[in-house]
Amino acid sequence: MNQISNIKWVAACNTADVPENGGVCALIQGEQIAIFHFARLNQWFATQNECPHKKQMALSRGMIGTQGDEPKVACPFHKKTFSLESGQCLSGDAFSIKTYPVQIENGQVFIGFEL
Amino acid sequence: MAKPKIVVVGNGMVGYKFCEKLLAKSNLDAFDITVFGEEPRPAYDRVHLSAFFDGKTADDLTLAPISWYEKNHIKLILSDPIVNLDTASKTVTSHHGIIQKYDYLILATGSSAFVPQIEGVNKRGVFVYRTIEDLELMKKYAQKARIGAVIGGGLLGLEAAKALLDLGIPETHIIEFAPRLMPRQIDMGGSQVLQSKLEDLGLKIHLAKNTEKILGENHITGMRFTDETVLKVDLLVISAGIKPRDELARIAGLQVGVRGGIVVNDYLQTTDNQIFAIGECALYGGMIYGLVAPGYEMADVVATNLTGGQKVFKGYDMSSKLKLIGVDVASFGDPLAGNPYAAGVDERGCRSIVFRDEAKGIYKRVNISADGKYLVGGVLIGDASQFGMLQQTVTNKILLPPNAEDLILGSRGAETGSGVMDLPDEALICSCEAVTKGQIYSQVTDNECFTVDSIKKCTKAGTGCGGCVPMVKDLIQGSMKKMGRVVRNIICEHFDHTRQELFDLMKIKKIKTYDLALDTLGKGHGCEVCKPAIASIMASLWNEPIQKQPAIQDSNDRFMANIQKGGSYSIVPRIPGGEITPEKLIVMGQIAKKWGLYTKITGGQRIDMFGALIGDLPYIWEELIAAGFESGHAYGKALRTVKSCVGSTWCRFGLHDAVTFAIEIENRYKGLRSPHKLKSAVSGCIRECAEANSKDFGLIATEKGWNLFVCGNGGSKPAHAKLLAADLDSETCIKYIDRFLMFYIKTAEPLTRTSVWLSKMEGGMDYLKEVVIHDALGMAAQWEIEMDSLVGTYHCEWKNAVETPEIRKRFNHFVNTTEKDPSVKFENLREQKKATW
Repeated sequence: MNQISNIKWVAACNTADVPENGGVCALIQGEQIAIFHFARLNQWFATQNECPHKKQMALSRGMIGTQGDEPKVACPFHKKTFSLESGQCLSGDAFSIKTYPVQIENGQVFIGFEL
Repeated sequence: MAKPKIVVVGNGMVGYKFCEKLLAKSNLDAFDITVFGEEPRPAYDRVHLSAFFDGKTADDLTLAPISWYEKNHIKLILSDPIVNLDTASKTVTSHHGIIQKYDYLILATGSSAFVPQIEGVNKRGVFVYRTIEDLELMKKYAQKARIGAVIGGGLLGLEAAKALLDLGIPETHIIEFAPRLMPRQIDMGGSQVLQSKLEDLGLKIHLAKNTEKILGENHITGMRFTDETVLKVDLLVISAGIKPRDELARIAGLQVGVRGGIVVNDYLQTTDNQIFAIGECALYGGMIYGLVAPGYEMADVVATNLTGGQKVFKGYDMSSKLKLIGVDVASFGDPLAGNPYAAGVDERGCRSIVFRDEAKGIYKRVNISADGKYLVGGVLIGDASQFGMLQQTVTNKILLPPNAEDLILGSRGAETGSGVMDLPDEALICSCEAVTKGQIYSQVTDNECFTVDSIKKCTKAGTGCGGCVPMVKDLIQGSMKKMGRVVRNIICEHFDHTRQELFDLMKIKKIKTYDLALDTLGKGHGCEVCKPAIASIMASLWNEPIQKQPAIQDSNDRFMANIQKGGSYSIVPRIPGGEITPEKLIVMGQIAKKWGLYTKITGGQRIDMFGALIGDLPYIWEELIAAGFESGHAYGKALRTVKSCVGSTWCRFGLHDAVTFAIEIENRYKGLRSPHKLKSAVSGCIRECAEANSKDFGLIATEKGWNLFVCGNGGSKPAHAKLLAADLDSETCIKYIDRFLMFYIKTAEPLTRTSVWLSKMEGGMDYLKEVVIHDALGMAAQWEIEMDSLVGTYHCEWKNAVETPEIRKRFNHFVNTTEKDPSVKFENLREQKKATW
């Protein structure tokens, strides 16, 4: 696995803690991070938990899916959708969300933070 | 080559509109434009002149500021009327002596008030109602006036009467020569209803009165009529009609009408083809068009032809809708066809339908062609909300429905679409700015103009008289609906099926998981639209615990509580029929107190507990279940509550035991998942205290049994429920509700309430009755069995969750710590709490 040197990896939870094709929220260094296991794509994603629309800590409770080939999450509050890859809002608003790299090792989920 | 010189005489609404249209159709500086205005200010909105007394200023009424003329290189000369026109030298001369040459001359001189020859008409305190200056003079004089009068009971006269009311004159009289008000625009019945409405507002109306003399020495003190009666008056406004300003045409020897007006042809050319006349000074086809919309159309015709286009004036529909002193007055097409007050049919065979409600002051008349197929015209007083559609029905020759009275009474069956969407694309929605339905539709769909303001900006529709704004609104909504429906008809990009198709396919293939549905019936990886839709279908088909597939549930279903501002949840236990024992009430209070919850009675006779942290939900529910409560499904697209009145057990009016029946129904259908939420109510008598008529299905007791109503709704689009069947016994009632609900669950689109579902159903209520009562689809027996099976598999979702450790584990804000969400905060409010936000 290619590790980029200026990223710090922090363990968040066990893979089994995250529902398939759903998300959970982890508290890491005081930040709320939404972690998604997109089982159908066999991919993991992590984003900020706060939806920038109404500043609600809710994205981890949102439903995930795809728009075309773009994996996305929909905020449960007002169904604003965001790309899980780029963080761009896909519902036409100007705001976006932070995304984080994710690694899985020995059944553990690691989130990458830029140093 | 020198630029053609265009001279516009008159800077009123039509003169201004001509400049605007000419600029829009040509390059800047294609013409050398000079405008002469008699008044001291640039063109203003004369139609809304009375707003001047409502607090609007002259600036508010201005159509475009002087800077607009400068920016567009228009030479605007104000306070300087043209006094001479010489067609030989092609020049006009102004009062101040300016001699201006023209290549094309546009006469937009408008009209002045017609002042009848009455003795003493020049006394002080006698005004006309035409310009802002007139209004300013009136305003000054009105301060000492106690009794005001208006000569003229037509459109302008009533406007003037409103002005007197706005000026605070305590007593205002309207004097009309004809035997009724607005004799030109509306019929006798309409006049009578209008008159009684105006009299209710305190106006004193005198009909068939001919003024003989204005009394007083220098100032007016009274009026004497030909019937020798006398009226004390301090201020008089003469508004008895208009007189076209055709003086220049007369000087130049252009042809004018016998009763005034400059004669023009289809191109609005006068008898000198370099000279055009537009607006109220022009006489076309023997008629003066005294409204702004035809004036604008004339301006457009001339501007089009001068800029190389081709357009002729073909006369104009004189339909109009106004608010006169707060009363809607509208007429359209031929308002007087049909002759309902004499022969009942006119010489062309037209007949009328008349609706007259003296209590509310509403009068509606529609005139129908001899073959009964087309609308010819009509009159609306007191409520002109249908004006737009009716006018369109006339101009576009739309075939009438079989029951033409629906046009004015509204369709008394199923809710129909907005109507405006059925118009052809060429239908003129805004006649002031000549904007068609097609233009507005394409702005909505192509450019996403979803508000009236944005439509105004990009098409100018609704910026003239404003009468079309309600139709523009409907059109925006209709167009959006049309766009949305494309997305909704097939579930989403992942399933190329309607919900109904998907429902049947999943049933046949016995599909019980979302992934299997996606793999066998869809494509891609799902989304927030198809996941809950399929979760709902599966719940309706198999009724398995939704917690088996938490990730496809909408957030509220996933956590079985309603997410609220700030991220906390609310809890609504089921209280069937709204009946609760004191013991249970006490327990709820104790639980709410222990967990620090804000409590409120809901609209559906339940108790909502707000402010629960996600991690506390299973603990709170554990206690509620121990006290005998069950999930209330307030979080789901499912049966919510069956509201009841107290019924015959306590109420002296009650016919049947509404509470017992409501509890029975709520317990039967509790947990039932459907395309959208379901609400119900049972009322024990016709007084309808439970508001069953606003529910998806509701029961009202009669002497003989229950009346079953369906497809009602509260909310943003309220719909009165419709009677499905009358005087049913309880058993039949439940049978019909079973069938009705199964039919809805199987055929409605996702997130469609029963009222909308019915409004889209072909055949409407009649068809629904056929299906539910007469089993037209042959499905009734199967539906009853299916409903029995759903009722039989009911389980309390929360009980299941509380007792299953792996489900309980999901109720934590953080996966890696038991800490609570630090962003959830509360503050105090009336001895309880609220989310800090």
